Amino acid sequence: MSVDLVIVVTAILVVVPCALLGSVLVLRQSVMVGDAISHAALPGIVLAFFLTGSLGPLTAVAGAAVFGLLTVVLVDLLQRGGRVRGDAAIGIVFTGLFALGVLLIARYGGNVHLDLEHVLFGEIAFAPLVTLEVGGVDLGPRSWWTMGVVAVAVVTFVLLLYKELKVTTFDPGLATVLGLSPVLVHQLLMALVSVTVVGAFDSVGAILVVAFLAGPAATAYLLVDRFSVMLATAVGTGAGSAVVGYLLARVWDLSIAGMMAGVVGVVFLTALLLGPRHGLVAAALAERRRRTRLRERLVRHARGSVGEGATVAQLAERLHWPVAEVERVVARIS
Amino acid sequence: MGDLLAALGDYTLRTVALGAAVLGLLGGALGTFAVLRRQSLLSDALSHATLPGVVLGFLVTGTTSGSGLMVGAAVTAALAAGLVLVVVQRTRLKQDAVLALVLSVFFGVGTVLLTYVATTGASGQSGLDRFVLGQAAGLVASDVRVMAVLTAVALAVVALLYKELKLVAFDPTFARAVGYPVRRLEALLTALLVVAIVVGIQTVGVVLIAALLITPAAAARQWTDRLAVMVVLAALLGAVSGAVGALLSATTTDLPTGPLIVLVATGIFLVSLPARALRTRLGARREVSARRAKGVGVR
Repeated sequence: MSVDLVIVVTAILVVVPCALLGSVLVLRQSVMVGDAISHAALPGIVLAFFLTGSLGPLTAVAGAAVFGLLTVVLVDLLQRGGRVRGDAAIGIVFTGLFALGVLLIARYGGNVHLDLEHVLFGEIAFAPLVTLEVGGVDLGPRSWWTMGVVAVAVVTFVLLLYKELKVTTFDPGLATVLGLSPVLVHQLLMALVSVTVVGAFDSVGAILVVAFLAGPAATAYLLVDRFSVMLATAVGTGAGSAVVGYLLARVWDLSIAGMMAGVVGVVFLTALLLGPRHGLVAAALAERRRRTRLRERLVRHARGSVGEGATVAQLAERLHWPVAEVERVVARIS
Repeated sequence: MGDLLAALGDYTLRTVALGAAVLGLLGGALGTFAVLRRQSLLSDALSHATLPGVVLGFLVTGTTSGSGLMVGAAVTAALAAGLVLVVVQRTRLKQDAVLALVLSVFFGVGTVLLTYVATTGASGQSGLDRFVLGQAAGLVASDVRVMAVLTAVALAVVALLYKELKLVAFDPTFARAVGYPVRRLEALLTALLVVAIVVGIQTVGVVLIAALLITPAAAARQWTDRLAVMVVLAALLGAVSGAVGALLSATTTDLPTGPLIVLVATGIFLVSLPARALRTRLGARREVSARRAKGVGVR
């Protein structure tokens, strides 16, 4: 099987769940939880390794998933009762767990093949090398299986609970009144985020997961206004960034994951500047139009009170504006 | 214990412990404002954003020693901070999404640059890795002196502008209404944060520097409601975490310093958690006895 195909398909299998969940997280203002989980899963991977003595796909992912959920629970616990604010709680929990993971590797990892850099940055370039074998039968790249399962789970979740997700995200109060239990939806969502981040960072590394969670969703949020369209846009831009990033990385022979993250950033910057309604350029133009229109109204008003035959100088004096300014406006409206 | 005492006499270790303590001091004091302004995770994003700067600094100067890397780190971190500010102010995106985006994209670009450096085969590139996880053992006396000077400057700024910073931390709207240059003060706090991060990445690394800014401050918050007390206490707890972490890592050979410092800080935070509940109960009891003394009925 071609190396290119394996890597690109893996990347797209990561993009789909990340972009979908990322869109919900962006709207709920909890994207950094994804970042926290991706770091806090480290001790889980190490402990799973010590317990089973192997770095099998399932043990690592299971260990990481347990610690991913633990992160969410600990952050919620610290936040409850207002002891620590949300963002500080996230920072404390993930740095503490990450430090624990690094320490475990340093203390006991000497005789163990556990490469910290690999765990942290992953390397999607290795995806074709790791295949899943069951009973001696080669079932294809492992990352396809892990991320395929995750992608199917997330797509099913979003399709089945689309209405619930929408209402609990935009109006938790209404959701409670309707009997939709925002808490349950939140916990389900966080569990899925945890599984997605962990599954994805086994295949592509922590940094790229965070880039795919935040980037496509943020880009989509700047471009469109409907939730359903936002989900589709996020998946589309994410997949496009992954493919372009891969091609550039191949051409220049540089880090694939890093290049994909870089392209995600470029796409976001483009949307930020050139987005039709929420882009910076569009906003600046709209602001200018508003000012022009206001100036025109003020001049018309001044002309009304001074008299129809008012000269530019008279209008300028009335408005306390420079003459040149009034001239320009008068030239435009007459 | 004997190990510990022997270690105290060791010159290298004293340097490392002192450096870590200074770093903790700076992180605790500045982190207080970050935590109170709900900017805790900004430090995490900015620390990741130093990576491309570090590599660019290396590409420009061609060496891993010297101030080139620090300047590069500061430049890209400041760029990231500016980007976060612009996007949050001008668009409907909220801070957390922008932080996650900036963090991952800058770090991703950093790794791309790292692979570029690897392909050029420049010598001395191996030193770049230490920025990701930090290497406290590499601290030398001159590093510590630089850290101490920068810390002194940062703390002096905080002390001089204490009243203004306090107002900005608690009620920026009011501060703006009464005519303080809130934007500039916030920019100043962010600049100080960048200084603390750049000073710290060599020692504890990109990922864990955020802990030095968040955890001691959050721990101090449990003990007090007064800002002045919180700043001093957070600085103290940070310094203690730094020194104890460095000493612990010296007693056993294969424990890295950065993670130990963070774990000590996290431990202090966990111990501090009951303090708030205790304080509330004590406060209530004091109130009750005060009321009794005044002869006012108790509910």
